[in-house]
Formats: sequence, structure tokens, C-alpha cells
Amino acid sequence: MTATRKARLALADGTVFEGRAWGADGHTTGEVVFTTGMTGYQEVLTDPSYHGQIVTMTAPHIGNTGVNDADPESLDGKPHVAGYVVRDPSPIPSSWRSQQTLEAHLAEHGIVGIGGIDTRRLTRHLRDHGSQNGCIGTEEASDLVDRARAAPDMNGLDLVARVTPTSAYEFEESRGDWAVPFKPHDPPRAKRPRRHIAVLDFGVKRHILRCLVDAGCRITGLPASTPAKKILELEPDGVFLSNGPGDPAAVQYAVATIRDLLGKKPIFGICLGHQLLAQALGAKTHKLKFGHRGLNQPVKDLATGRIEITTQNHGFVVDVESISGQARTTHLHLNDGTSEGLEAPDAGAFSVQYHPEAAAGPHDSLYLFERFLDAVDESAGH
Amino acid sequence: MPRRDDIQKILLIGSGPIVIGQACEFDYSGTQGAKALVELGYEVVLVNSNPATIMTDPELVRRTYIEPLDHETLAAIIERERPDALLPTLGGQTALNLALELHESGVLSKFSVKLIGASVDAIRKAEDRALFKEAMTTAGLESPRSGFAKSIEEALEIVQHTGYPAILRPSFTMGGAGGAVVDSPAEFEEKVAWALQQSPTTEVLVEESIIGWKEFELEVIRDRADNFIVVCSIENIDPMGVHTGDSITVAPAMTLTDREFQRLRDAARSVMHEIGVETGGSNVQFALNPADGRVLVIEMNPRVSRSSALASKATGYPIAKVAAKLAVGFTLDELENDITGTSAAFEPTIDYVVVKWPRFAFEKFPGADARLGTQMKSVGEAMSIGRTFIEALQKAARSLETGKDGLVSLHGRSDYRLLAAKPTTRDLVNEAPAEPRPPPTLPPPSQSEIRAAVEGVIGTATADRLFYVADALRAGMTVDEVNEATAIDRWFLEQLRLMVEQERTVAAADELDEELLRDTKRLGFSDTQIARLRRCTEEDVRARREELGIRPVFARVDTCAAEFVARTPYMYSSYESESESEVTAAKKVIILGGGPNRIGQGIEFDYCCCHAVFALRELGIETVMVNCNPETVSTDYDTSDRLYFEPLTLEDVLAICIEEASKGELLGVMVQFGGQTPLKLSAALEKCGIKLLGTSADAIDRAEDRERFDALLRKLEFERPEASTATNVEDALAIARRIGYPVLVRPSYVLGGRGMMICWHDEDLVAYAGLAMEAMRDVGSQVLLIDQFLTDAIEVDVDTVSDGKRAVIGGVMQHVEEAGVHSGDSACVLPPHTLTADVIARIESQAKALAIELGVVGLMNVQFAVKNDEVYIIEVNPRASRTVPFVSKATGRPLAKIAAKVMVGKTLDELGVDDGSIPMHVAVKESVFPFTKFPGVDTQLGPEMRSTGEVMGIATTAPVAFGKAVAAIGFSLPTRGRAFISVKDSDKGEACQVARRLRNLGYTIVATRGTAEAIRLTRVPCEMVNKVQEGSPHVVDAINSGAIQIVVNTTLGGQEIRDSYSIRRSALLANIPYFTTMPAAVAVTASLEARVYATAGSRRVRSVQEWHARMNGH
Repeated sequence: MTATRKARLALADGTVFEGRAWGADGHTTGEVVFTTGMTGYQEVLTDPSYHGQIVTMTAPHIGNTGVNDADPESLDGKPHVAGYVVRDPSPIPSSWRSQQTLEAHLAEHGIVGIGGIDTRRLTRHLRDHGSQNGCIGTEEASDLVDRARAAPDMNGLDLVARVTPTSAYEFEESRGDWAVPFKPHDPPRAKRPRRHIAVLDFGVKRHILRCLVDAGCRITGLPASTPAKKILELEPDGVFLSNGPGDPAAVQYAVATIRDLLGKKPIFGICLGHQLLAQALGAKTHKLKFGHRGLNQPVKDLATGRIEITTQNHGFVVDVESISGQARTTHLHLNDGTSEGLEAPDAGAFSVQYHPEAAAGPHDSLYLFERFLDAVDESAGH
Repeated sequence: MPRRDDIQKILLIGSGPIVIGQACEFDYSGTQGAKALVELGYEVVLVNSNPATIMTDPELVRRTYIEPLDHETLAAIIERERPDALLPTLGGQTALNLALELHESGVLSKFSVKLIGASVDAIRKAEDRALFKEAMTTAGLESPRSGFAKSIEEALEIVQHTGYPAILRPSFTMGGAGGAVVDSPAEFEEKVAWALQQSPTTEVLVEESIIGWKEFELEVIRDRADNFIVVCSIENIDPMGVHTGDSITVAPAMTLTDREFQRLRDAARSVMHEIGVETGGSNVQFALNPADGRVLVIEMNPRVSRSSALASKATGYPIAKVAAKLAVGFTLDELENDITGTSAAFEPTIDYVVVKWPRFAFEKFPGADARLGTQMKSVGEAMSIGRTFIEALQKAARSLETGKDGLVSLHGRSDYRLLAAKPTTRDLVNEAPAEPRPPPTLPPPSQSEIRAAVEGVIGTATADRLFYVADALRAGMTVDEVNEATAIDRWFLEQLRLMVEQERTVAAADELDEELLRDTKRLGFSDTQIARLRRCTEEDVRARREELGIRPVFARVDTCAAEFVARTPYMYSSYESESESEVTAAKKVIILGGGPNRIGQGIEFDYCCCHAVFALRELGIETVMVNCNPETVSTDYDTSDRLYFEPLTLEDVLAICIEEASKGELLGVMVQFGGQTPLKLSAALEKCGIKLLGTSADAIDRAEDRERFDALLRKLEFERPEASTATNVEDALAIARRIGYPVLVRPSYVLGGRGMMICWHDEDLVAYAGLAMEAMRDVGSQVLLIDQFLTDAIEVDVDTVSDGKRAVIGGVMQHVEEAGVHSGDSACVLPPHTLTADVIARIESQAKALAIELGVVGLMNVQFAVKNDEVYIIEVNPRASRTVPFVSKATGRPLAKIAAKVMVGKTLDELGVDDGSIPMHVAVKESVFPFTKFPGVDTQLGPEMRSTGEVMGIATTAPVAFGKAVAAIGFSLPTRGRAFISVKDSDKGEACQVARRLRNLGYTIVATRGTAEAIRLTRVPCEMVNKVQEGSPHVVDAINSGAIQIVVNTTLGGQEIRDSYSIRRSALLANIPYFTTMPAAVAVTASLEARVYATAGSRRVRSVQEWHARMNGH
């Protein structure tokens, strides 16, 4: 282990945290954020929505179950975080599914980490002062602060361009042994006809695609910049807008595409997909102070009054007040009342800010995949 | 869906006395629930037989019944109170079972009482193992292969499919009573028979063994809108096979990937759905095969539980409070998370690690099987919070107060070669346990012997196994080898290995530099542990830390891993970089709690601590609570103004004192409410400059130091049994011969009579003195107290409050059992039922004089013995006693509150407190014993305390009150039948009286030869029965065949006790009321007479508020 080497995490505001080098050698910069999930570190590491961010795990023990090749959320299995901050890296993995230690995995993929730091103080700092850029390295604190300050601002940054595929692809993997019903306590429904779904991939999580496959979809993944005309030429039964990293305002080309698709195909968006659909429907987005990242975020479904415990990972959010016209709010965050879901029934589109596919997180919202396929079926039936 | 308005009055059932498997956690949940319902404007009627609870405080709800928790009493209360609803989910298995009975008997429907919180169907499905298994199959969930048997034959059939080892689980028992692991066909039938007997429905589940699988538990909540949350996940370090109450557990789960965790969450949700728990908290237990991740559902409880209390303390999420509100109609999203002000509909996430470590009391039950299994045996637990697992684990180890200041090596304390020896087997029902003997001394072991012995020891689950595991790693076993031997997950073992490695680094380092010391503290090492490794003193380590600026900081338990600001100051220490304690500028007092429940120190002291908080709050003083027992009301963040969940050691407490003194005015620390635990810290705290409130450390010493105490008594010219102290066996012998046998021998500074015994001859004394010395090793003072033993004396307990100038009597209690039975085990009566006014007056005046002379400020308890109208002082304890809550409930006077106010400077005059008026009713306290959980243990009462809990019976006369108390401990007293009497010679006179009175009631008298002859001389007809040694058919045969309804059995000394062992044990197993002292037999006879000759037939129930009002002339 290289864990005996001192390392630091410096924030752009000059705050410095001491720890020990872990993972790959070197230094790294990015927006420092925290996530409060107690499980699923491997999913976090590989979630493309974390691209370019230095992620802090508030759970103290990370790496306990090692790394396996089934849990990554990126399509290529590689990590996306710019840096990784934990309190207590596990020296050994203990799980029947483990194939590699976390530290070896980080080193292999060049992910610079830091262990042993007071992640609670860091989290409280980010909570009170907001997410900001930071730098992990073994250099002098002042150098690291300078590097953090020199890193590009998250606002207006098009990170999607870095994670979207360069060409179209097909995806056929299902959830396999880990599949659970989309609506657990409903009687099993008749098999649907197979539907073709075009996925605008802004950095899609693998588990979303698996869920779509299990819902009966044939999938064509497409680069973010694919124009509406080309999408329609594929004659999909529906269009899915994926999650992805960064500022939705920086992805105006996709907003234009979505606007062109509205009303032509059923649309379902998740996370960044929600923000882009909202913009296409005329709503605005802004950055939250420190975002929502975790597996315990309560969301209220306004139609049923029921609460879903959801997985979230977003720094930007749709202004609830700006949702108007043909769009209306369907879901709200129970804690701060921010936008969690909207629909534009006339346009056949709906989206949620949170992650119904979970991975990691609770399976309370899987029903949304069925809702999407219901809309697709209905649309195809006309 | 807001508050239900169709109900106004709600009946809440508590869980009764503290027993193994049901402890303070139900006082915590019941109190929380009752408070929540009262706040919502409901009228709450509460029933609990346990007077030591906060929930039975008369101020809490409108009507509080301290009455037996049986169907007849509950029916009478329902008839009298006419509640609209019954909430049975906060009072453990006791309340659920009662609710079922009340439903089945038609009482609920007759009086239109709605069951809220759980439906009859859900209770049945969850508790009846056959229905449960069926439900799991319907829900598509796997459970272990198994089958139900109602007979031994059926069980034999089933075990064909499950194979060995097989698990036995009797239906409808609490704490897994009667459960067993059967390794081979040889012991199968015997264990099945026992299990069938334990089950009220004579049914046992025979189950596939999943021993060695990992065990997890989810604490979940569901509301009527089908919203569902997981409050906490818990992982057992001890794998399947050890009852979860006896396992060391960790929150959150440490060794699951998210996929596996979500599989458990989905399963838990399906379980809730399938069982039909519409509202409230539940727990679901899972087993997971570490080889392939296969998940089995083991069981669920549709109610709050010990683990939900733990989950609440571990996360800050108040499950019982939320469950109570959900039961009356709210949904989760309508409730607020108190701690953050955000919604209660969320799943807590934590950024620290919580460890729960059970505490055992095997030393009090010689002959008990100390192996852990499916039947719970622990009597309490400590919880600790650390930033990492190992930090929390070490804190938990020192919170236990078993003389270990961390995960220390037991080499030297235990000889592993002896531990590895196979225990000898015996007939647990018929053969008395062997006389305890000091262990043989062996030559020092070699390294290879140690390793071989340790390896042999760790495979068996025992109370100290994790210490043995650490020693195995120290002895050079690898993580994989230990994993192979124990099935403890490698992740935990690796953490232990790192700790062992750190020990070596610390021991070998040239000096303790900042990095090394900080790293070591971050691994949870105490200063004393480090001092041992460095061969220096605790003060040296503390000084070094101060020099380097290494101090603990205090983080908040906030339910959300710092995502939101926490407004509740509920804290734990760690060696991080930022303190969140936000110490206030207020005037404040620190109250030290009692730590984990153990025999001799339990809920009574938590009651006192809580009352100290309530009293200081009334005076506008900020209260700071320190405790480490997750079951308690005192560790509810709602109880005190500020809460530190920390071990009660000098180091930990001192750090809190320094933190709290950094701002505002720390008036001082209260050590007299938490029992012996805080009291032991008093001198050291004072030495460190911490002010103690109330009675000074010097006064405490004066009461506890024999010589100083003797001088005090001589000065006051009070009598006491002749006494002396010895530090070795030879001195002890000389003293005993001088005083004259019998003598009472006990170690100093030990609570609950541990190591205490009555010796009748030299041989007894020699045998026991060695053991007593052993018992004292943990506390570091090997002084033996030898007292003259007053045979057949009456014991009296007095609780007083003094302000230093004036003392008042709180209550005088006469013990039912004679002196020689530990005061914590004997029944007692308030006011005294046979003492003369003159004797009582002398007792009261002596108690007051003692308080004034000692300079007691606060509470003091004195034990007296009365013989031939002479009054002797046995013992003085200048602190809260076990009887304070009982006295307070009996008299309506909150003694602990008065004491707390006095301790911060109020005078009794200012408070307007005088000697209380003598109640117009009689209250009887009776004790509850855990003997059924310890097969093979003698039930004979003696000077060593062994009861876990208490009940109170209250009535207008002593016999009726005693009858209620006996009913409350679960004995059903028939008014006719056959009474077996066998007594020692000195009791024969009284036994004849009892025989006559029982016969007049309609009993047939059965006796052994000697007793029968004595009874026949008084011309009372009496059947004769053989003693066991005289051959069949003998008395045990009669008991086993159901031919005996009451057993009266007194014995004297060694062999006679051993010979009659099987009588007591068989009576226990057959659940026949048995009495091992003559005074108890007389008392129960009187209460039977009171019942039979009573004019009104039905049981009279009255709330404590009514009793108190009547006493005060309202």
C-alpha cells in the first residue's frame, strides 16, 4: 500500500485537508462534491454523471467489498470520477463477488485518491460554503490551492461532450439474476411487443439501459449531438434522454434536438435528461449550493401522494416556477421542494430528476420504466 | 391522512419487568410513544407492572396502572377505562401476546376497542412460524428448510429433511427461549422435549442449520400509504447460530455491495407487504450465504424491538415516536425529522460506525452453559459510536465495564488451556452444579501451547470470543485461519489484525510522536491501553496528548451524514479535526449514567438519571447526559438538553467535562444517580479538578471504607453485625473463627453481591475466599469483607434524601425474605407489614443521623437488619439505590428529583419537603429471575443477586398486594390443589402453620418424611412422598406429572441444597410457583387467603394517580 504517503485535498477557497495518498500517483483537479450513500461505491466511481468531479464518500469505510465487473455503471466499465476522497480505505476486500481490490482498481485506471481525511469536516464545509473546485496531490498546500483555483468552472462547462459515444451502438444486456419486478406487488403483466428505443446518450448509466432491455426494448444508443432528423430516421418507438454530467445550459444543441422531437415520439428523461427536456419545454435550470447526491432522497409523487426513496446525483436543478405552458410538475423533493419530475402530456414526454434505475440505491421508482413503455405502447398503437 | 379523530383514548401496554430479551428498550419506546400520543392530544392509559420505568411516571399520562400484565387484569382495566384503541406494538412480545389474548377472548370487541399499530392477522403471521413460512413462500422469498412439530415423533420425521446440525425454535416465545442447536441425534429428543415445553402452543420449528452464514437485520417503517423506509441496517459480527441479542453487531452493514443490500431491502419491503404490517416499525432478519450470496428470511417482528431501539440511537431516528404517530393515522411525509427539520420520510444515512456489544452475567450463574446459541443469555448491552469500525469496537469494549479498557489481550487473565478443555456434561435438571472451585494453576504456557489452545477456543461462541479472536491474531493465526475457525467475516478480522499491528508499533516505537499517537487514538485505543503498551501511566499518556494537542472532538449524530445542519446536540467523540459540540453559555450540570444493564445495576438507575434531568430542567439548568446504554430513556436525545453517547471511563468523561467547561458555567458532575459506575469515577474526577455535586467523594469513601465506617458507627453508637476485613484467606479464617459462624463474606466495592456468600464452616470459607478474590480482580482492590451473619433477621431498606443539614425519609421497606437473601432479590413491602412502630422510629432516626453525620447531599440508602427488636446497620450507600423508583411510585414522591435539586443547592425547606405521610395502601416489590434461560442453574436464593427485574403490586392490604406482585412475575396461584412442603428443621414450626392454612383453603398437603412427621404432629393430614435420593416415585416425579401446584422448599447449607436442586429446577421447568424461603411461603399463603376470602370476586384495579390522590386525601 502507498497509504503512508501524505497527501492533501485543497479547495479553491483555500481550505486544506490532510490525508494519505491512495490509488494512482499524481494530482487531480475537479469540482469537489459529496455523496451520502452508504453502499455502492463502485457504481459511484463509474457513473459518468460524476465525470470530472472529485467525489467524497461520507460513509467512512470504502472498498470493503472490493471491485467486480458486474457493478460498474459506465459502458466500458471504467471509473469516471476525477478524484476519490474517503475516510478509511479498506485494506482487503471481503465479498464472494470481489475480483480486485479497490485500490488496485483506482491505480489501474489512474484515479488519484486520498484516504484518512476528515470527510465529515469536508462535507460540512461543502454544505456550508458550497461545492467548489479542489485539487488532490502530494505537493505543498499552496500549490494545490493554486491548481484548484485554476481549474475550469463547472458553470457552462460541456462535460457531456467528453462522455457521449462517438457513434451509435446497440445494447442487449439485461439485469439478469439481479432483476426485480418494476411493480413488485402487481400481478405479472402480459409480455409486451418489443419496442425500439433511441437513447440519446449524454453519459448513460448502464443500469438504465439494462432496465429498458428488461422492459422489452431494443436499444440504439446515440451520440448527444445526433440531430432530431437522424433520430427519426431510425424510426424508434420512443426516445430516452439519459443522465449525464455537468451544466445542462452548456448542452443547448441537445435542447434543440429535443424540441424538434417533442410530440413526435414518446420521450422519457432521467437526471440531465430531465433538465434538458425541461429546457426544451421552456423551463430554466440553476445550480444548487451543494447538490443532491445520495441514496436516501425522498420524492413525492404528486399524483399518488406516495413517497419514493430515490437515488440522486445532480448539482443543477430545474426551477419549479419556470415549469409552465404544456409542462407541469409531477414530482417534488420532499426536503427542499425542488423539481423532481415533470410531464408534458400533449407532447407525450415526461422526465424525472432522480434515478429510477437506482444502481446504487432503492428500487422504489422502477415503475417509471413501465410508465414509459405504456406510453410507447399507446403511441405505437395509434 | 392526518390524525385520526375517531379515537380519543388509547391504551398502551408496557413490557413488564426486565428479563433477558425484554429490557429497558421497551421503556424507551413506550415512553416515546406515550409522549407522542399525549402531545397529539390523546388521552393515554398505560399499563405496566414494572415500577422502575419512566413510562409509569404518574406525570407522563393521565392514567397509569402498575398492575400485573395478564389477561384478567387487562380485561378489568379495559372495562374500567373503556379505551377506544389499544396500541400493542411498543411493549415487546408481552404486549403483542396480550393483545392477541384480548382479541381471542372477545374483550376487545365486547368493549369496542380497536387494535392499532398492528392487526391480529399480522401479529399471527409474524409470530406463528408456520404462517410466517407460508407467507414468505407466497412473497417469493426463501426461508430455511424446516417443518413444525407438535411432538417428538413429528420432529424426528422433519429432521430427516433438514439434517444435523438442526435448529429448534419453539413458537411464541420471547428472546428465543427454549431455542437450541442440536448437533447430533443423541441429544435431539431431549432438546425437542424442552423446546415443546417452552412453547405456549407446544409447537417447535425444526430447521435447516445455516450456522456460519452472515446475519443481517433491517429496521424498517411502513405507513398506511405504503410508504416504506429502511431506518438502519445492522450486521452481526457473530455469524448465524448466535442469537442476535447475544451478537456483537455493527451498523451500518459493512460487507454488502449495493446490489446485495438492495436485495435485502426489497425482501424486507415484501415481508412488510405480505405480513400486512400497515403502520409502524418492524425488523426483518436475514441470513446470507457468504459463498454465493443466497439470502434467506429468518424472522420478523411487527413491532418495535431491542434492535429498533438500537437503530434509533445509532441513527438519531426515533422509530417508536414515529411508529406511534403512524398508528394514529399520519403518514411519514406528514412528519418531521426532529434532528434536521426536514421530512421524516427518508432513510437515515450515517458517516460513522456503531457497535453494540452484549453484556453477560455468567459469573452469577454457576453451572450455566456459557456457550452462546439461539437462546438469548445476555443481560444488557453497550453501544458505541466511532468514526471507524475499530474505534467504535474498542469504545464498546471499554463501555462494557468488564475490566477491559479496549480489545485487550486476555492472556494472563484466562488460561486458554483451561478454556479449551471440554466442559463436563451433566444432567441439567436432576444433577446440581458442581461446587465452584478456584482454577488449578498450570505451568506457564509455551507459545505453541497458547496458539493451539486459542485455536481450540475461538470456534465456540462465548461471551468473550472476540477477545479470544484478537488473541488468536496476536498468537500468529492469519485472518483466513481465524475466518475458517469462526466464520466471522474476513473484513472484521482484518480490522482487528490492523489493531494488533498498531499495538506492536506503539510498543516498539522509540517515542510517541504526534502522528503515531494520533493514529493510535483514531483506532480507538484508550489512554490506559496505550499506557500499558508503553509501560507508563494513564496520566503520562494524557499529558503527552495535551502536549501534542491531541484531543477528541465531538461530532453530532444527525441522521444525514452532515447533509443538513443538526439542531439536536446528540454527540460522540472521535479523533477528527472539528468539534461540533457548540457548547452553550448556560449554567449546566453533567449527569453520568449507569452504562450497560447488568444484574444489580439496571433500569432503576436510568430512572434516577432521567429524573435528575427533569428536576434540573425545572430549575432552568442545562442538563448534559453521558451514557452508553442504547436501551435507555436517558440516551434519548429528547431527554436531556445535551447527550454524549460515550463510555463511562475516566478518560472519556474527563474529555466531556473539559469540553462542556469551555463555555458557560459547569456547576459540576452528578455521580450518584447512575449506580456504582459513575460512583467509581468520583475520586479520580475530583482529583482532576472536576467538581462533584452533592455528597463528596470523601463522604462516599467514609461510607464504603470499612474502618472509617466502623469509626462513624462507633461515634453514633449504632449497632452493626461484627465485621472485619481480610486481604488473604488465612486472615479471613482467623476473623471468621473470632466472630463465629455463620459469616457473610463479600468483596468490597462490588454491586449486586457478586462474589458474596454465607459461610457456615471453615471449609466453606476456604473454598469461597479464593473465588471472591477472583471476582475482585477486575476492580483492582482485593479486600474481603467478613461480617457476622444474623440468622433469621428481618432486613429493612430505607431511602433518604438529605440537604446536608436535614434529612427526610423517602420510604421504609421491609423485606419479605430473611437477611441472607440479597436485597435486590427479595420481595419487599412498603410500609413495613410486621415491624413495630418503635423499631421503625429507631430505624428512621438512625438513617437520618447517618445522613447528617456523613454530610450526605442527595440520596442515601441504608440497609438494616432487625433481630429480637434490635436494629443493626448492614450497609450504607450514599447514592441513588435500586429502590428509589419503587419508593417513588409507591408514595407518589419523586425522590430522585428532590435529590437532584438539593444537589444544586436547594434546601429541603425551600423545596417544602418533609418526611412523607405513610401510604394508606401497601406496595410490594417482587423480583424476577432469569433461571429458565440458564438450564442447570440452581434457583435457590442467596446473598448473590441474580434477579434481572422487578414488579410492583399495590393494594389496600399486604396480602393482596403480594398476590398481585406474584401474579405480575407470571406465577398463577391456584386456590386449591396439592402443596408440596419440605423445609429445614428451624422452619418446621412455621411450615406447620402454613400447612394448616393451606389445608383450610382446600389444599392437600404433601411433604417429605421429616416435614410430614412435623405436620402430622399438629394433626394436619399430610401425604408423604419420597425425596429424590429415596427413590421413585419421588417428589420430582410428582412435579413432572403435574400432581403438585405449589412448592415450598427451604434448605440449609451445602449437601442439603444440592440434594434438593432437582425439586426447584423441576418446579421451574413446570412453571409451578415455588418458594425457597419461609417468609415468602407465609406471605403467599396470606395472599391466597385474601383472594379466597375476598367478598368481591374480581380483581380490583386502580391507577397510581388514584392511589396517590387517595393517600393525599383527595
